Amino acid sequence: MTLVTATERPARGAPRAEGGRRPSGHGTWFLVLPALIPILVLSVGPLLYGISLAFTDAQSGRTRATQWIGGLNFRDLLHDTLFWESFRIGLVWAVGVTVPQFLLALGLALLLDQDLKLRWLARALAIIPWAMPEVVVGVMWRLVYNPDAGVLNETLRTLGLGDGRDWLSGLSTALPAVIVVGVWAGMPQTTVTLLAGLQNTPRELHEAAAMDGAGAWRRFRTVTWPALRPVALAITALNFIWNFNSFALVYVLTSGGPGGRTRLPMLFAYEEAFRYGQFGYAAAMGCVMVAVVSLLLALFLVGRLKGGDEA
Amino acid sequence: MRTSTSGRVGQYAALLAYLVFLAFPFLWLVSTAFKSPRELGSLHPTWIPRDPTLDNFRQAFDEQPLLRAAGNSLLAALAAAVIAVLIATPLAYVMARHRTRLAKAATGWVVVSQAFPLVLVIIPLFLVLKNLRLINSLVGLVMVYVVWALPFALWMLVGYVRAVPTELEEAAAVDGAGRLRTLVSVTAPLLAPGIVATALFAFITAWNEFFFALVLLKTADKQTLPVVLTHFIGAEGVADLGPLAAAAFLATLPSLVIFAIIQRRITGGMLTGAVKS
Repeated sequence: MTLVTATERPARGAPRAEGGRRPSGHGTWFLVLPALIPILVLSVGPLLYGISLAFTDAQSGRTRATQWIGGLNFRDLLHDTLFWESFRIGLVWAVGVTVPQFLLALGLALLLDQDLKLRWLARALAIIPWAMPEVVVGVMWRLVYNPDAGVLNETLRTLGLGDGRDWLSGLSTALPAVIVVGVWAGMPQTTVTLLAGLQNTPRELHEAAAMDGAGAWRRFRTVTWPALRPVALAITALNFIWNFNSFALVYVLTSGGPGGRTRLPMLFAYEEAFRYGQFGYAAAMGCVMVAVVSLLLALFLVGRLKGGDEA
Repeated sequence: MRTSTSGRVGQYAALLAYLVFLAFPFLWLVSTAFKSPRELGSLHPTWIPRDPTLDNFRQAFDEQPLLRAAGNSLLAALAAAVIAVLIATPLAYVMARHRTRLAKAATGWVVVSQAFPLVLVIIPLFLVLKNLRLINSLVGLVMVYVVWALPFALWMLVGYVRAVPTELEEAAAVDGAGRLRTLVSVTAPLLAPGIVATALFAFITAWNEFFFALVLLKTADKQTLPVVLTHFIGAEGVADLGPLAAAAFLATLPSLVIFAIIQRRITGGMLTGAVKS
């Protein structure tokens, strides 16, 4: 989440290094190596290895040597309707979580920026979903959605809205149900980030606009939003990536069921790799996921940045 | 700024709605953890358990090796946090103070590493660790956790280093302190609170982690808490709700406590990254 500030950094952080020392060769290396070696060996290396695996027929527990098969995995993937269905679900999930997450978090951040009582309580509570292990979040919502012992159906019964249903195993309700959990789980981080952005917006401008008789909406449009925009764009882009690649929540809630209705691409690839042992094929899926998400994000960011100049 | 009374009422109503939305699942978890099996089986569950019991906690410990799992989690998270901070702090220092190509590359890696799906990382890691005979081993898991926690740790630490004025270091250099001496006796003490916050955050991240642990740890005696928690959910998706809730509640406590302690510091660190010039 701190990555969010990346977009703002160059401009504001610029003066810092001026007048500083030149990097002295020896001194820097011994500071850098302890982190650099693990990064190269356990992150950069595996990543490249992973990408190259996508072009092989690597399988688990096989004695025959793996062979280069060129783009065969990708050609198979192209015709793998199950994978593309999973991909579609992944996109629905990622958009379905990211958008409400942003809107709800923005609302909460604006509230927390006001001088309200109980603000401390909201801040404390907003942290809970963030601090919890994802597995516990999944377990917790299973208890909420439980058809008999769950609080959701009981509330519906009390309000006379019918008997409720088995949310997580209904074909039509499973995906919306897990999306709600995704929104809940990711909201705090977004809220805190947006709140930090809000507290950077110039108060004086706000007051000046209020004096000039600008209403709340107008003040938001003309003062708050322009200042918040870089932070909002960055956190939304990151949320989208994180959500698209998420795994644990849905694994615990539905393990991809019912009938694959909540099988996110990560779950699909996980099963392919560690249940069926198709390492090469699963790596190809990973590559496709990165490629498509990067493309979508690039389009989104370019569109947004351009849109900003006209507004 | 003035807000009308009706506006205020609306704001409080909205805040209340948020509070309910954020809190109710957790309250329900706690409530379920203290309910007797008979109550869990009955229709019309209530918020307050009718006859609160600790049986679920006892049963949870009987059914699954929770203590063992908590020990594994603690070991892995502690080792990962300490190592990650030890190796990240010097690099973060370089990234914050020098504009070398290396520092830029490291920043690039921090950003790019966020975009890759874990499958693409875990398959090669699995193969590498298998060759090193580090599958089903906490050592292997810690290695993965360290690298996994690094991007975030680096980012936080770079912010903290920036907040330390370079003038102090220059003054020490003028007084004849060597480079290492300056780092150890001038910079490090000023960084200490930031380093602790980063370590705690890395600890929580590792304590909560599920995917790597699921893939890399095969036997129950090695598995961490999140993985063991999923064993409460049977093959058919039927769960023994009481013990499950009890165990889930216990597994959350350490993270919640630590997070409560460092909350202010994390948001603070985020701001220094953005604001301080």
